[in-house]
Amino acid sequence: MSAAITADHLTIRFGSFTAVQDVSFQVNKAEIFGFLGPNGSGKTTIIKALCGLLQPTEGTGTILGMDIRSDAPAIKRRVGYMSQKFGLYEDLTVEENIDFYAGVYGLRGSDAANRKREVTELTGVGGYLNRRAGQLSGGWKQRLALSCAIIHSPEVMFLDEPTAGIDPVARRALWDLLFRLSGQGITFFVTTHYMDEAERCGRLGYIYMSRLIALGTVAELQKLPDANPPGTTRVQIETLNPSEVLDEVRKVEGVREATIFGHEIHALVQTDQMHNLAQHFPDTKVELIQPSLEDIFVTLTYKLGAAK
Amino acid sequence: MKGLFYGLVPICRKEVLHILRDPATLVFALALPMLQLFLFGFAVDTNVRQVPTVVLDESRTQESRTLLDKFKGSDVFAIKREVSSVDSMYDAIRSGDARVAIRIPYDYARRLQDGSTATVQLLVDGSDSNVAGQTVNTSTGVVLEQSLLRVLPDGRMPIELRPSLLYNPAMRAANFFVPGLIAILLQVMIVLLIALSLVRERERGTLEQLTMTPVGPLGLMVGKMIPYGALAFAELCVILIVMRIVFQVPIHGSLVLLLLLSLPFLLTVLGLGLVISTQAKTQAEAFQLAMGTVLPSVFLSGYIFLIENMPPIFRVISGILPATYYIRILRGIILRGAGFDELWLNGLALTAMGCISVVGAAALFVKQRA
Repeated sequence: MSAAITADHLTIRFGSFTAVQDVSFQVNKAEIFGFLGPNGSGKTTIIKALCGLLQPTEGTGTILGMDIRSDAPAIKRRVGYMSQKFGLYEDLTVEENIDFYAGVYGLRGSDAANRKREVTELTGVGGYLNRRAGQLSGGWKQRLALSCAIIHSPEVMFLDEPTAGIDPVARRALWDLLFRLSGQGITFFVTTHYMDEAERCGRLGYIYMSRLIALGTVAELQKLPDANPPGTTRVQIETLNPSEVLDEVRKVEGVREATIFGHEIHALVQTDQMHNLAQHFPDTKVELIQPSLEDIFVTLTYKLGAAK
Repeated sequence: MKGLFYGLVPICRKEVLHILRDPATLVFALALPMLQLFLFGFAVDTNVRQVPTVVLDESRTQESRTLLDKFKGSDVFAIKREVSSVDSMYDAIRSGDARVAIRIPYDYARRLQDGSTATVQLLVDGSDSNVAGQTVNTSTGVVLEQSLLRVLPDGRMPIELRPSLLYNPAMRAANFFVPGLIAILLQVMIVLLIALSLVRERERGTLEQLTMTPVGPLGLMVGKMIPYGALAFAELCVILIVMRIVFQVPIHGSLVLLLLLSLPFLLTVLGLGLVISTQAKTQAEAFQLAMGTVLPSVFLSGYIFLIENMPPIFRVISGILPATYYIRILRGIILRGAGFDELWLNGLALTAMGCISVVGAAALFVKQRA
């Protein structure tokens, strides 16, 4: 059995509010699974349910084959968690933070010392062991948080927006680390708002209004019929002053959506009206493109909004 | 069961580091109660002495002067000055210059001599009922004694009262107030420290991280209680030393018993602090809630007012305040030398409250962490 995480028709209600509605998915071992969705769409609630912190109202799930409804204590020992708040004690030193989490997971003596050496070498925080956690920069705090979160050698990691507010260099460094760890067989469940991060994930789920509305690899999502409505074409228009051109593009007959990407405008156009675009912008380069992840999620979100 | 206490040792060790890392909080926690102890210990004196008094002596005779000397000799009245009219007597009291005014009418000596009843007028500022009651009583005594001396032929009193005050013969207010104050000071300090420590974790997101680890609810709670309990115990010892040396309050009973019976009180207030920490989202909220527990403990625990004189509803509230029982223990041992036989029920009540509050806090914590 190769699934590290399964969710089986998970529904979680708080009183009359439905936070998670009938969500099912699987994450394979050593996979990096990206979980996307706006704030308040239910991402964190699903993580809490999968870690056994709250009981689902309906449905169930497993972590490493253990039932999330009944095996919460055993699950906690084999799962790591890191959130955007990092969960560090800023008045304690780097080493004291690591020692604390090692102790909390029951590591003792030489086991704890060996594991601490491994982890600090991997994340590179070994050079700062006596520095107070509060004095570290955001990127280093994040590495320390990861060190603490993996101290007990978890097989499954939940990362809840781990890179919110971190500079791009540190973000890339973190992702390099995640790939190394996943190469060692650790499964990652990562929530994020960043599309470039989402594209690094093996598979993705997109949750909107408490429902999982898309699931698959980037390539699979790009081929989704919902992301490419029949009779439409996705194009990229190069321009030097995109903000002015955007308004013009939006006025062209047959353009359904248009948005700016740097010096380009991405537009979803009815295929039979493509000639209008060519007429309006005779000197501009118009290319056919694959939808980006953002294009896909925006289109899906609009479609769901229109259905409401 | 073992899972409930999981993580106790690392949590405990970490809290000690927090306390040592933050000397400001440590000093604040230890020095503030000391400051309050000195403030209350020196400032609170409920004995009524040297009440500012003005006199209108219209009689100006040997007899009137004898009477005024007796008033002066009581130590209750301090005669500040003589006034010249009835109006200025009222003025002196209204302005706060004096709290008592004594008027001896012009016919005082004549009426004494011809055997009719002489009158002495006493004006008392009744706004402080304690002072008012005490001054009226003393005045009545002075006048009664003077009257008897006049009717008794040889000036000898037939009955003499010989009061003997047990346990606090000098009637020093500090002996009564400082032991009670210990309960209040410890409660404020502990409830605040432990509540803030847990709410700080909630604010910074470390509590969320801990809920994802195998740490059990009681491991977290008891792990925090041990270091703060030790800190409070140290503070208790310091307060007792200051009480003995600075305020000269003798401890009549067993010090060991006192320290032993303090433990269930510490447990209860630590638990109270934890309950508060589960209800507060921010440190400011925790601070307010902690302070909210102080007022009833000050006024309804018997620290200031007699519980026996309270309306029934307040007596019920008083019965659920941990400070009520601890103050009985403190006063019993320190002032009266009471032993375990007289005090064990208070200790039992505190132990029960302590267990309920800690388990309650853990249950609230589990319920809301989801």
